[in-house]
Amino acid sequence: MRQCNHDRVRFIMTKAHLELFEVFIRSRRGLDHKHVGSLHAEDPAQALEYARDTYTRCSEGVSIWVAKSSDICASQEADAESFYDPSDDKPYRHSSYYHLPDEVDNM
Amino acid sequence: MNNADLQGPSSRNQQVMQYAIRLGDDALVLGHRLSEWSSKAPFLEEDLALSNVALDYIGRARMFYGYASELAADGRTEDDFAYTRNEREFQNLLIHELPKGDFAFTMVRQLIVDIFNTHFLHQLEQSSDQTLSGVAAKAIKETRYHLRRSREWITRLGGGTEESQQRTQKALNSLWGYTPELFELDELEQQLCNNNIGVNNTLLSAIWHQQIADILTEAGLTVPENSWTVKGGRSGYHTENLGHLLTELQFVHRSMPGLEW
Amino acid sequence: MTDAAEQISHFESIISMDQCIEPKDWMPEAYRKNLIRQISQHAHSEIIGMQPEGNWLTRAPSLRRKAVLLSKIQDEGGHGLYLYSAAETLGISREEMIDALQTGEAKYASIFNYPTQTWADVGAIGWLVDGAAIVNQISLQRNSYGPYARAMVRICKEESFHQRQGYEIMLTLSRGSEKQIQVAQDALDRFYWPSLMMFGPHDSESAHSARSMAWKIKRETNDDLRQKFVDQTAPQIQILGLRHPDPKCIWDPERGHYDMGEINWEEFYSVINGNGHCNRQRLEHHIDAHEEGAWVREAMQSYHEKKKQQSYAKAS
Repeated sequence: MRQCNHDRVRFIMTKAHLELFEVFIRSRRGLDHKHVGSLHAEDPAQALEYARDTYTRCSEGVSIWVAKSSDICASQEADAESFYDPSDDKPYRHSSYYHLPDEVDNM
Repeated sequence: MNNADLQGPSSRNQQVMQYAIRLGDDALVLGHRLSEWSSKAPFLEEDLALSNVALDYIGRARMFYGYASELAADGRTEDDFAYTRNEREFQNLLIHELPKGDFAFTMVRQLIVDIFNTHFLHQLEQSSDQTLSGVAAKAIKETRYHLRRSREWITRLGGGTEESQQRTQKALNSLWGYTPELFELDELEQQLCNNNIGVNNTLLSAIWHQQIADILTEAGLTVPENSWTVKGGRSGYHTENLGHLLTELQFVHRSMPGLEW
Repeated sequence: MTDAAEQISHFESIISMDQCIEPKDWMPEAYRKNLIRQISQHAHSEIIGMQPEGNWLTRAPSLRRKAVLLSKIQDEGGHGLYLYSAAETLGISREEMIDALQTGEAKYASIFNYPTQTWADVGAIGWLVDGAAIVNQISLQRNSYGPYARAMVRICKEESFHQRQGYEIMLTLSRGSEKQIQVAQDALDRFYWPSLMMFGPHDSESAHSARSMAWKIKRETNDDLRQKFVDQTAPQIQILGLRHPDPKCIWDPERGHYDMGEINWEEFYSVINGNGHCNRQRLEHHIDAHEEGAWVREAMQSYHEKKKQQSYAKAS
């Protein structure tokens, strides 16, 4: 293991800089936005882009909301076509894209 | 004035095929460079985002090579174009083959290429060739997203710390001499342009310069002077970097030639 | 009942009804710690797991394989992110988890300390390593912590193509040239046993098993999951026409399962304890990328601060 060097100190000093955002995705028209997880970003605009890159990789979104986690009060108990169309051409992310012999059940 | 008409359809197909191969080479070589960031980005979200951009380029390369293989009509596949041609045969613009460098270098290159591509692809969408126009229509959507990212990053890096500002300016200076090549036309491209198939890159120069100058100035960066120019990609005259890239890219394919993978 | 006793009994009743514990619920400190350990280890495995396959990203033998591999590796990063995100709901930051990984305090799956030497290894990893991971993850979709269970559902859905693409690579190789069949067999031989080790020690030896089962952080035992994997893999090897690496793997009609030979646990512990080919390299790669990225993260922070100050100045 590497010892605590200058870079490492620098890394630790700067580590808590990105804000945490919660991500909500509407996967289909007619459905509500559903919480899918969180991510780190510098501002809301970047959070939206990263949400697109992280949570809609199989084109499962039509609308994304992001909100700073710190802005969410909890009880004790849009974007343009350039966002979504590019994922349409990745059929290889779906299992039906791979043709295997019938004997290979349930993979 | 219209030489291609006299040369007949097969010669036209040859020309369009060459053009598609060039555009495929641009996309493959840059996609390869971007894929080198996988597991090495400054943080996880950016790692995923860079992979998405790389995937867009690899997908684009496949579309262009796919069309080239259709036009070749001699059984050559997309992989034959990617995996069996050597350095002198690759015709990508040089800027795409330069090593990925640091994050500033990668983002500055993206900014240069993304601005260029928004205009190039917009023009290619008007091509009289239906397939090229179709590929452009799809690719431009990706590119608008890429540009949004690279523009925001340059603003952040330019306006960030002294170090990020310096690294970004340095990247800009070392990439600038590769930009004039983007706006040139050789004989083949001139002919395709005359036939409303290809894009007249020379006409994109003014708007590109205007747009990048605006972004750089806003980010507190200096537009470099045009003090040097390196070119030759379209005629297979490459930097030494491409050979190493191809060595890696083609190694498995070439070590057992003619097989299915 | 005292307050504390009430809290515990409420917690236990939720678990016994097979309902989920959610982030804001009271939970025993040991449950929280155990979850953080398990989820972060799972996340680190996804992240470190990008490297062995990434080793072949620039050498993938066709454009289709290259695109598929890059998507798969990207998914692993995404899954690491989902899991970090689930762990963060337990009150630990991603930075703390990454720090624990880099100092060696947190672990990742030992399988990723094995080197990928040939293209066939990429196939074997997708098929066997992802296959073993999926068996485990399917069972974890029903774990008792809501954010973790939901992350698992998402991950399982997205990973369905991972194993298939790996098997497809093996299938293509095993129906190819003599040389291709050879590398396929070699990759199977090298990755089969380590894949079985991924399920962890025998139940009798497993340190965390019993309590994790009671809390439903684990739903099936190591040995049961391993058996499932062995059972599903044996016929797949047959279809490939390759030689099974375990000569004792024979169908036992009475048990309704395949038998298996004894795992070399000495190797297992040896690799965990640092004697794998890539233990140091994997961590160094991660640390290097992180350190090289420090100036970028600093720039973001600095830009963010400047922007904030500007907007305060405007507002006042």
